[in-house]
Amino acid sequence: MSISRRDFLKIAGLSGLGIGFSATDLLWKRGRADAVEYMPSPKGLTAKRWAMVVDLRKFRTEEDYKRVIDACHRIHNVPDFGNPKDEVKWIWTETFEHAFPYQRNEYLPEGIQEKKALLFCNHCDNPPCVRVCPTKATFKRRDGIVAQDYHRCIGCRFCMAACPFGSRSFNWRDPRPFIKEMNPEFPTRTKGVVEKCNFCVERLAKGLKPACVVASNGGMIFGDLADPDSEVREILKTHYTLRRKAELGTRPSVFYIIGGEEDA
Amino acid sequence: MLEKALIGSRRYWGWIFFLLAVIGVGFIFYLRQFSYGLGLTGMSRDVSWGLYIGQFTFLVGVAASAVMLVIPYYLHDFKKFGKIVILGEFLAVSAVTMCMLFIFVDMGQPIRIMNVVLHPTPNSIMFWDALVLNGYLFLNIVIGWTTLSADRKGVAPPSWVKPLIYLSIPWAVSIHTVTAFLYAGLPGRPFWLSAIMAARFLASAFAAGPAFLIILALIVRKLTKFDPGKEPIQALGKIVTYAMIANVFFLLLEVFTAFYSRIPGHMSSFEYLYAGLDGHGKLVPLMWVSVVLAAVSLVLLINPGTRRKESLLVVACAAVFVSLWIDKGFGLIVGGFVPNPFERVTEYWPTMPETMITIAVWAVGLLVLTVLYKVAISVREAQLESGTDSSH
Amino acid sequence: MYDAGKILIGLIIFLAFATYPFYSNMGKAVAKPEPKLDTPVIQKMEVKKCVESKEFMRAEHMQLLNQWRDAALRRGERLYKASDGRTIQISFQNQCLKCHSNKKKFCDECHSYAAVKPYCWDCHFAPKEAKR
Repeated sequence: MSISRRDFLKIAGLSGLGIGFSATDLLWKRGRADAVEYMPSPKGLTAKRWAMVVDLRKFRTEEDYKRVIDACHRIHNVPDFGNPKDEVKWIWTETFEHAFPYQRNEYLPEGIQEKKALLFCNHCDNPPCVRVCPTKATFKRRDGIVAQDYHRCIGCRFCMAACPFGSRSFNWRDPRPFIKEMNPEFPTRTKGVVEKCNFCVERLAKGLKPACVVASNGGMIFGDLADPDSEVREILKTHYTLRRKAELGTRPSVFYIIGGEEDA
Repeated sequence: MLEKALIGSRRYWGWIFFLLAVIGVGFIFYLRQFSYGLGLTGMSRDVSWGLYIGQFTFLVGVAASAVMLVIPYYLHDFKKFGKIVILGEFLAVSAVTMCMLFIFVDMGQPIRIMNVVLHPTPNSIMFWDALVLNGYLFLNIVIGWTTLSADRKGVAPPSWVKPLIYLSIPWAVSIHTVTAFLYAGLPGRPFWLSAIMAARFLASAFAAGPAFLIILALIVRKLTKFDPGKEPIQALGKIVTYAMIANVFFLLLEVFTAFYSRIPGHMSSFEYLYAGLDGHGKLVPLMWVSVVLAAVSLVLLINPGTRRKESLLVVACAAVFVSLWIDKGFGLIVGGFVPNPFERVTEYWPTMPETMITIAVWAVGLLVLTVLYKVAISVREAQLESGTDSSH
Repeated sequence: MYDAGKILIGLIIFLAFATYPFYSNMGKAVAKPEPKLDTPVIQKMEVKKCVESKEFMRAEHMQLLNQWRDAALRRGERLYKASDGRTIQISFQNQCLKCHSNKKKFCDECHSYAAVKPYCWDCHFAPKEAKR
């Protein structure tokens, strides 16, 4: 029973492939959770599409903005690197002129031009960042929140290129040494992953509103856009609101009330 | 046939060890980057892609250019390319290897790279890029090796190679189209949001790749007994000429759209690159070097008198390569991020470790190229010697 | 045999490298891992029960954590029905590490023995370790 070297290699190769495929079949079946074992928390807040209205008329002093930003960055262990290159921020301020560049108007009252807007992830309904992520590390939840899975992120930063709003930050280095006060109830992130505002999903699961909303003392209103009786819908019905770069079609879920010169 | 790469002159081995040394040094810098994080580079929150992705973008083009030899030879029986198609295919292997390495060193969590395979995401262009790059690498290795092997034995290649060769033609176009789609589909980056992005990429690919191939062919002629021949080089020269004309034309089309429409978002990146914006202009000298080199190359290429003189053709090819390296390997990427979505300028310049890692990846590519070319040329030299040169 | 000298030297060098893990650890006895369960939270518990049995956890805690991760983070399902019917709040940091707050004497005991370095700790941390 003599077999040529070529034929031997062919058979060995095919057997190897066959064994390899059957092994992947085994691996595929593992880790599949039984549907009945997991369920959402009953006291969590639910919605079809979470949205936010930022009423800039209620933000007047530096303290108003700082309180909101600190609330978010503190409970989420957002690091402070102290330099704009490595900067990580989930929520921050920018003047109206730079936050709404497509609303160019040199004749706006100076108070409005310089008025600071609060910026964070818009949790778009048609998010380009989700579209480009090669691993679904960033994904849209059923309640409309654009979430980030730090376990799966490979750090390719395609989502950062895709976001038209500059909402995303990357951990260019280990963030731990730069976190002033660790919140023990929330993990940190590690170097090499992208992060951004998460509409406080961990608080929503406990029936709490996002930290920024609570800290804003009524300056930020949070609710379900799909519920016609929600607080956000009430405001949207009665006020003129603006969204950032709306013409790009990403359908942001964050609306802004700018106010007039007297509110600046 | 790989054993042919183990036999060489002193100069050959000197070159190999020099490359290995460069790779070693770069690898140490990469270990540092791996432990510190990508903050070791010049990238920032605003300019989140830099030299690494720029090099990847440029080299995908160089890889695709093998098709400029394959189409004339295999589809149109242009026999003159017979002896050098293998050089194009092996250049593609080397270039794609560098592409994949640049992506790897740019990743924040490279150990999770299998996530792209474990969680396939067809709506993501990056998923397709990973797929087509790997496919193209596989195609060129198999095609190149099989055809060279058959050629060496003086027989026709096995029949199953033909369909693979035909497949490699649209595949080559696809790798660069897909890479262009990474940029051209992003709503928030007006500098990249252009319908002709893929066309621009292909034009610059078909100029830079064959230009590099001409330089390599002339080096091969100088250092070995294999002479690729005057006519194939001239034919390649014409391809570079037309591709470079197309490339410059496409760039001017973009400039027209931006500056005739006068939409600020479309103009501002061009302003930053070529004139400076808000007092920031780090890249301006570099971009104008690219323009000047492009102009010089066009003058030398379009004029048949200068194109036919190989000593001037090589200058033109070097000018094309460097000009396009600056434009695609640097300017295009940084330009997309400046100004940022808030119309503010954050500048970018690579750091020293970033540069060393980049050079090391190039050294890996050159090593692969050297080894593969050594094999191919050894086969050609043996054919010349024994007179079994199967002139196709 | 051609080049017999070079081949034999090469073989010896290869064997030296390949068997290094074995002879470098020869004679060293490493103590059996003894994960300690004497954290203040566990000691206060009336019925000292983990989410699942010890045998299951020892073999499958990583698989369970992966399932927890995908359920909680990706599907928003933050409650887990244990095999004994209890409903558990899913959170590595606020559930598991609440009882097992002694990473060094618990988690690291077996992990070090098995030379496993899970990178969970890059992001997740036990409450005590939060204070630095």
